[in-house]
Amino acid sequence: MKKNQMLFKVISILCLLSLLAACGPAATEAPVATDAPAATEAPAATDAPAATEPAEVVTLTYFIDDNPTNVASAENQVAAFEAANPGIKVEIETHPGGGEGDNLVKTRLATGEMSDVFRYNAGSLFQALNPQENMLDLTDEAFQADILDSFKPVVTAPDGRVYGAPEEAAMGGGVLYNKKIYAELGLSVPKSWAEFMANNEKIKQAGKVAVIQTFGDTWTSQLFVLADYYNVQVAVPDFAEKYTANQAKYATTPAALRSFERQEEIFKGGYLNEDFASATFTDGLRMVALGEGAHYPMLTFAIGGIAQDYPDNLADVGFFAMPGDDPAKNGLTVWMPAAVYIYKGTTHPEEAKRFVAFLASAEGCDARSAANGATGPYVIKTCTLPADVPPAVADLLPYFQADGATAPALEFLSPIKGPNLEHLTVEVGSGIRTAADAAALYDEDVKKQAEQLGLPGW
Amino acid sequence: MKRIQATPKTPFKQWMTSSYPVWFYIPAGVIFFVFFLFPTVASLFFSLTRWTLFDATFIGLDNYSLFFKEPFLFQGLRNSLIYGVLTSGLKVVLGMLFGVFLTSQIVARDYLRSVVFFPVLVSTVGVGITFTALMHPTQGFINESLELFGIKGPAWLTNPRFALLSVALVDVWKGVGLATVIYIAGINAIPIEYYEASEIDGANSLQQFWNITLPLARPATFTVIILSLIGGLRSFDLIWAMTRGGPGFTTDVIASVIYKQYQAGFYGLSTAGNVVLIILVAVIIVPLSAFLNKREVEL
Repeated sequence: MKKNQMLFKVISILCLLSLLAACGPAATEAPVATDAPAATEAPAATDAPAATEPAEVVTLTYFIDDNPTNVASAENQVAAFEAANPGIKVEIETHPGGGEGDNLVKTRLATGEMSDVFRYNAGSLFQALNPQENMLDLTDEAFQADILDSFKPVVTAPDGRVYGAPEEAAMGGGVLYNKKIYAELGLSVPKSWAEFMANNEKIKQAGKVAVIQTFGDTWTSQLFVLADYYNVQVAVPDFAEKYTANQAKYATTPAALRSFERQEEIFKGGYLNEDFASATFTDGLRMVALGEGAHYPMLTFAIGGIAQDYPDNLADVGFFAMPGDDPAKNGLTVWMPAAVYIYKGTTHPEEAKRFVAFLASAEGCDARSAANGATGPYVIKTCTLPADVPPAVADLLPYFQADGATAPALEFLSPIKGPNLEHLTVEVGSGIRTAADAAALYDEDVKKQAEQLGLPGW
Repeated sequence: MKRIQATPKTPFKQWMTSSYPVWFYIPAGVIFFVFFLFPTVASLFFSLTRWTLFDATFIGLDNYSLFFKEPFLFQGLRNSLIYGVLTSGLKVVLGMLFGVFLTSQIVARDYLRSVVFFPVLVSTVGVGITFTALMHPTQGFINESLELFGIKGPAWLTNPRFALLSVALVDVWKGVGLATVIYIAGINAIPIEYYEASEIDGANSLQQFWNITLPLARPATFTVIILSLIGGLRSFDLIWAMTRGGPGFTTDVIASVIYKQYQAGFYGLSTAGNVVLIILVAVIIVPLSAFLNKREVEL
């Protein structure tokens, strides 16, 4: 009897231990992952050349959003990179865009399951990823010499180190328009909001859709507000600083509130496509390319999507900056390219750096241009645009060449971007909420984000 | 060797040395602790911090005060209540009707029973995506069919006035099978003698339903109400699959408000929201369940 009991206890303890052991790795994953590169990478790297057999093929994972233009260019770039580096394979993984994607990226970083290399926004969204803890420092990489200095601040963490490399062309935020409709109705490109609204009215009178909105993809609803930042800073030059320091608010700064009001005016004017609430980004591209609608407020990277899906109509699409109140002060809000980063816990830092250096080289740009055509100026010195750029890109370039005709979007000047903006702009753009109300709610949202980031003064 | 039997056993020692109950309890206890108790206690802690997933700063009850100031909280609360009451009410009425229908002598009864139950087995997200396509305002099957009769259907999921109702109807479509099965069991448990006696007294079938089936199926009704109300109050998956709380915030329920906070990276705040949600559901369901159970005993 006693013996049996003893045996039973021993077995029970063994069972318990095995249970705990099963739980063990989860608890200790993080330190192992972060220690890995320092502790085990060096020997692995020196082992490889010593072996007589051909070096083992290293597989890198590359995490990008599922926007078709980005997928197409990533596939092209990976093919070119693998051809030049036979020892390295790159597997592309995709995630949805917008808030869902932000969530996935943050969760994978926090749980130590991030891919070796990942592509993500620069600017305020980059700051929210806690770069010092999660990414490899790329400040001293050779390729940084080729990157324009204007880009580096948007991938620099508070510790002053650079963590990313640009992976696409700079973008403008504004309005893609259908040139055929403009020619047919004898319209000219608007330099002011009044001219823009007059054009909208004429297009509506002609029985056509004046403004395309695609709230099925909520992120597309933010352009009236975000792309209006050039006009905000014309009126209030120090808005970004004051906004970051909790001294300027959207609801109480008339020029900033104006951005929300413009979106409200568009809805009230009845200029929208009938299915604006459920249409998606790809629907929007189709509509502006085929002339089912005249104006589509968008970032210029979308030109790549039109080049892919509607190459025959690429010449029908033009671009202008979001017009402000004063036609004499017409300028463009500029988006810095998204960047690629290396996860700090990667087991192949050398290979990952080679891949990132490739993406930030002239070959990387060329592979992107080959997939999508040119979508805007690159921020890499060695990259050149093809000779024949689409009209919308040709419309974009003069803003970059004129003095003072561009301003970075607010998300590149301030670390704070309220996460609910896209839902608020959907409500304003659908007439569910007034502009003033939405601006006030956005200020609340911004406050939460600033507190989460632990900024001084909030 | 020391003689253990000599020392008198305390209850604790007895508990420890009697191998059968304690040692059997531990594996389940460990799983319960690791996967339920520990996360619950940890979430209580994290709800008191500003948490970035990478590090946490203790900020006291700030998250709770922020959560109650959340502009969309009360809209979410109202939507949760509307959604819970509406789906639960419709499931009771329709479940009862189907239950009566499927316990009567009809052709292909077993086949029809499985048809009614089938949507319960389908993945909620799959149902959500399918109905999102069916309810598309211009290319959806529903509005295209209505168009054949010259009716211009509403924008089911994108018109703020209809969106929540549309999702609730899909929830009922998906959940009514379970309510029906509960009612079939409840109705079958009613002794046949009551019906025979009432027939002798000359009752018609409507009177039979009203005076026999309805009161005697009350335990089934309570079960359906409790289950579907809990499900409705904490409903998230179907709403997220169909509208993501949109357009804007118009179909946000409490769970989706919390999820949006989590998605925005406000991890401490959303954890506080979850603690509030647990308390809220408990506050509504525990008294309701006690009340309904008391009624059941009285029967």
